[in-house]
Amino acid sequence: MKLSSSVFALLCLICEIVSIALFLRGFFPVPVKSSFSAKSKVNDFPAEPQTGSGPNSSKAPAPLFKRVVIVLIDALREDFVFGSDGRRFMPYTRHVVERGSSHSFIAKARPPTVTMPRIKALTTGSIPGFIDVVMNLNSPALLEDNLIWQAKSAGKRIIFYGDDTWVRLFPKHFMEHDGTTSFFVSDYTEVDNNVTRHLDGTLKRDDWDILILHYLGLDHIGHISGPHSSLIGPKLMEMDDIIKKIHSSLISKESEGTLPNLLVLCGDHGMSETGSHGGSSEPEINTPLVLISPAFKRKAGFEEPGVLEQVDLTPTLALGLGLPISKNSVGHLISAVFEELSLREQLRLLQINGHQLSRLLQDSSPTFHKEDGYEQFRMAEKSHGSWMKLYVDGNTSEVLSNMGKKVLKQYLEALKAMSSALSKQLGKYDMYSMIMGMIFILQVLFLLLLAMPEALSREAVVDVPLASSLLSLPFYLLCLFGSALHVLICTSAGGPCYLCSLPWVLVFIVILMSSAFTCALASMAARRMSTGNKTPTKSSNWTLSELDALLLVGMVGHTLSLGSSSFIEEEHQTWYFLLNTLCLAVFQDVCRKYFREQRHRGEEEDEGPLLPSSAKEGPSFSPAAELGMSPGSEKWLALATPLLTLTCCRLLRSLNQTGVQWAHLPDFGHWLNSGDHKAFLSLLAVVSLVLIFLLVQRHCSLVSKIALALGLLGVYSYRAAVGNVLFPWQHSSRAVSKGTVEARFVYVFVLGILFTGVKDLLRSQVMSSAVDSGRLKSRGLWEVYSGVVLLVALLFRAHNLPTLACCLLIQTIMAQFIWKKLHYDAAQTTIMHYWFGQAFFFFQGNSNNIGTVDISVGFVGLESYVEAPAIFLTALSTYAGPLLWACHLLCFLSSQRDRAVMGLGHGSYCFALLRSIPAVFYVVLVTSLRYHLFIWSVFSPKLLYEAMHTLITTAVCLFFTFMDQERSARP
Amino acid sequence: MWDVEIRGMASAHAIIASSIFMATVMPAVFVENFSVYGTHMVWLYCMAGSVAVVNIAVFWLLGISPPTKKHTVSYKINRLFRSCLYFILSCLFFHTVVVLYGAPLLESALETFSLAVLLSTLTTLRCLCILGPNVQAWIRVFSRDGAMSVWDTSLQITTGCSVIGAWLGAFPIPLDWDRPWQVWPISCTLGATTGFLTGLLAAPVWIHWHRKQLTYKLK
Ligand SMILES: [Zn+2]
Ligand SMILES: [Zn+2]
Repeated sequence: MKLSSSVFALLCLICEIVSIALFLRGFFPVPVKSSFSAKSKVNDFPAEPQTGSGPNSSKAPAPLFKRVVIVLIDALREDFVFGSDGRRFMPYTRHVVERGSSHSFIAKARPPTVTMPRIKALTTGSIPGFIDVVMNLNSPALLEDNLIWQAKSAGKRIIFYGDDTWVRLFPKHFMEHDGTTSFFVSDYTEVDNNVTRHLDGTLKRDDWDILILHYLGLDHIGHISGPHSSLIGPKLMEMDDIIKKIHSSLISKESEGTLPNLLVLCGDHGMSETGSHGGSSEPEINTPLVLISPAFKRKAGFEEPGVLEQVDLTPTLALGLGLPISKNSVGHLISAVFEELSLREQLRLLQINGHQLSRLLQDSSPTFHKEDGYEQFRMAEKSHGSWMKLYVDGNTSEVLSNMGKKVLKQYLEALKAMSSALSKQLGKYDMYSMIMGMIFILQVLFLLLLAMPEALSREAVVDVPLASSLLSLPFYLLCLFGSALHVLICTSAGGPCYLCSLPWVLVFIVILMSSAFTCALASMAARRMSTGNKTPTKSSNWTLSELDALLLVGMVGHTLSLGSSSFIEEEHQTWYFLLNTLCLAVFQDVCRKYFREQRHRGEEEDEGPLLPSSAKEGPSFSPAAELGMSPGSEKWLALATPLLTLTCCRLLRSLNQTGVQWAHLPDFGHWLNSGDHKAFLSLLAVVSLVLIFLLVQRHCSLVSKIALALGLLGVYSYRAAVGNVLFPWQHSSRAVSKGTVEARFVYVFVLGILFTGVKDLLRSQVMSSAVDSGRLKSRGLWEVYSGVVLLVALLFRAHNLPTLACCLLIQTIMAQFIWKKLHYDAAQTTIMHYWFGQAFFFFQGNSNNIGTVDISVGFVGLESYVEAPAIFLTALSTYAGPLLWACHLLCFLSSQRDRAVMGLGHGSYCFALLRSIPAVFYVVLVTSLRYHLFIWSVFSPKLLYEAMHTLITTAVCLFFTFMDQERSARP
Repeated sequence: MWDVEIRGMASAHAIIASSIFMATVMPAVFVENFSVYGTHMVWLYCMAGSVAVVNIAVFWLLGISPPTKKHTVSYKINRLFRSCLYFILSCLFFHTVVVLYGAPLLESALETFSLAVLLSTLTTLRCLCILGPNVQAWIRVFSRDGAMSVWDTSLQITTGCSVIGAWLGAFPIPLDWDRPWQVWPISCTLGATTGFLTGLLAAPVWIHWHRKQLTYKLK
């Protein structure tokens, strides 16, 4: 099957998008969530069976504890308390665990074992999914139903000291708080002193109900020197003293007639043998959980602590405080805590917990009837009812207590089954889908790479041996093998699996395609080998210029840099750096072009001054002449171009500070937006808009020029209406409106210009003369381009308009003096466009963090939020930089008479390759780093950006292919 | 003749390299708490100064510099004056380039300028010593196939290595390791110095290796 380069690139990109989508589906499992976003209320409690339907029947159970102190020690490993370290360094805690009235357990934390999701798990009782966290990056406050919210709305007074993640998650929830930043990992004393210094005062007071302490020092020590360092011992002793202090204070406050207090000692996650955390190794997920209260029976000696899930603490604490269990909690009650209660009360609490779990199960799984736990719970509820009947009747025989114990056991089993059914659905990567997506995307990449010599040849035609491979034997064998594997995996898979839930036909098509790809790849590789052996000399005469070397090194370097989380956070630095070097390399090329000629002429004069020689004008066409300048000045303009570009880039760089490490530094954009400098911002906006008009109008027809001018005026009046800039002729302070009318006015012109452009493009199809049609087509393309520019000008914030103007300026001068004059080929030009596009993505203030996406763009010209246009506009404005450069590349390549023939094909092929290499590398990388500490604070958002960028590139390639098809359709 | 020249160059390079070593070790005697990170600026100036002095001395003694046509004092002063001017211009040039690469404009301007001085010392000063203040000759040496002697080739190699070293030295800056050498401009100066040393080492080896292919036009 013979395909032109552009069609080939487009098909590859489409396959890539599909496989990335599959990968993402596996990477971000759908979290278990109640379909109602409301929070649990007290009157949601189920009625206690057989007590009539009076108002008392569904009242909340009485609280068990008066006050609760939660001591959360970050990265407290299980053996720090229960192991030999605990015996040595935490004597008091060990004594309480062994002899005191306490319960101790090993609580298993779910990966990712990182602080923030663990705090979320402890407070909501759910297990946060990755997509959940990524989606919540914009609003760090926890909106889900949680224990803290429940406590606060029940009127409990909460005090918090420790890691400021809590303060960010629960703003305004605490009566008193002092957050400590965990940013400086090297400090392990101050962070804890900051918590402890409040302790004495707080313990003396009586005005609080819940005290939460989150100690960070141990985690920091782990990060610095690991779990066996000499710093661990003193830290654990310090913690032991704190436990002792709190415990004795609580005991001294204990008085007859009031409820007992509860002290909870727990860790959010453990610590691996190297001292880090985030993964799922045993020492990382096993944390101690010690509950200390006079309400419990005294221990006789050390018993092996029982194992439970970390989320089990949430319903236990909720019911212990007489609060409703939060909606998405998947844990079940720790029955030991309640064993001193009467049987009736115990059954009641278990019923409440079971009711909540069964509701969640109904919401999250369509096949909840088939779950064992659900059935068991129904049974248990029934026997609970008959037990209550006997109880209300006043029966107090042994039969009753035996029967009650049976009901209790039934309940416990039902709870356990439901809880595990719920947690099975989440917190797991769907590895099968991920690996299939990865295999696909790798196949596509190899296909692209193998096709490189053909795709970049003069014919720009790729021959994919698909038909022959469809008839080969290995293809059928592979299909069989794939199907067998699929059946095997799906029947044995433990967790949820997206591919297995797909219809059989779809999966079979997937297997067919994968096998066909493999066969095609093999035969292409074989063909390449044989031609490579035949003509080995062909590659040696292809020399690498400095610029080619730089472009290659840059691409490889950037791709490799994605392996480091800092380089992802600071990716803009990589691009700015590469772009600068590129400009300098281009500058050197220009110098070489203009000065070497001179040197050949002026070799005899040894120390002569550097006079501009009157360079011979080869071609009759000269860009300088077109701009109305003398031909002699063209050389100086060409020399000035890279320098001007460098200056522009340097200025833009300080316009929007982005990234993480230096994001807090003041930048020019903030200065402009601060309100005091509105006049300056207005002036800058006007200058930018005028510059945009001057730069864009050159290629357009008269009608489009007028439309463009009016449209840009509209942009300014929109910004004035929204209140960003000043209206010079209207001094009365107008009320700030939403500017809907103005924005729609601009939309009309955008559509008008786009329509004119498309009309020209279509008309060029039916023209008879090739020259005329070529000119018309080029004009049509430029008009479409100016339509896009106008739309982007509307969407960009006022302080970003200079970015757009600089973008257009650089495009114009580079095209005039560099790309045309220095005869860079289509591949080199494409790579440079790609680099510029990437740099402009960051120049406009984006970063690899979801938080920097400007969502307000979705409301431009709309009265209210409408999903489809809002998403489109947001995507357009976020990716404006790469998009504009890609559009410019298209216009530039097709306006080049001499190489338009294969230029477009080469361009779109290079674009596809440039996008595929980092995307594929990144997908593989993320798979291998899926237990990394920063997996979803850094790597997952970047994955979403990569996927989105690939989608945008596919759209651009589609446009390329259309233009290329028009060309090839003509004789 | 070849071997003699290469040997001469190797020994000259060895002297320059040892001067860098001395500049790193010697100041510890005179300066309290001297260390490459802690008192980085002192180290930088020491090194730049010693490299400059040793370079000038070596090339003056060896007589590598192009023969001057006239021997009048005024001509020599003119040459000296122009050399100084070129050196300062090159410092300003490097400073501009570093700022374009993203160094802060006003903040830590002294550090940036020190880096520029170091780079000029490692590159421009050697050019001035070997080629004299002659822009045409510089352009010749740094265009393709422009080397006319062993010294030209060594100049190409050391200059390229120093600049690439400084370029590579900028890479670790964004990493969040909080190491002392990530402070601006330490990694870049270290990179440039390492590159320069590599160049000094590589130049004789490379020339020796490629002595068959190298055919210089006779002067
Ligand atoms: Zn933690
Ligand atoms: Zn940590």
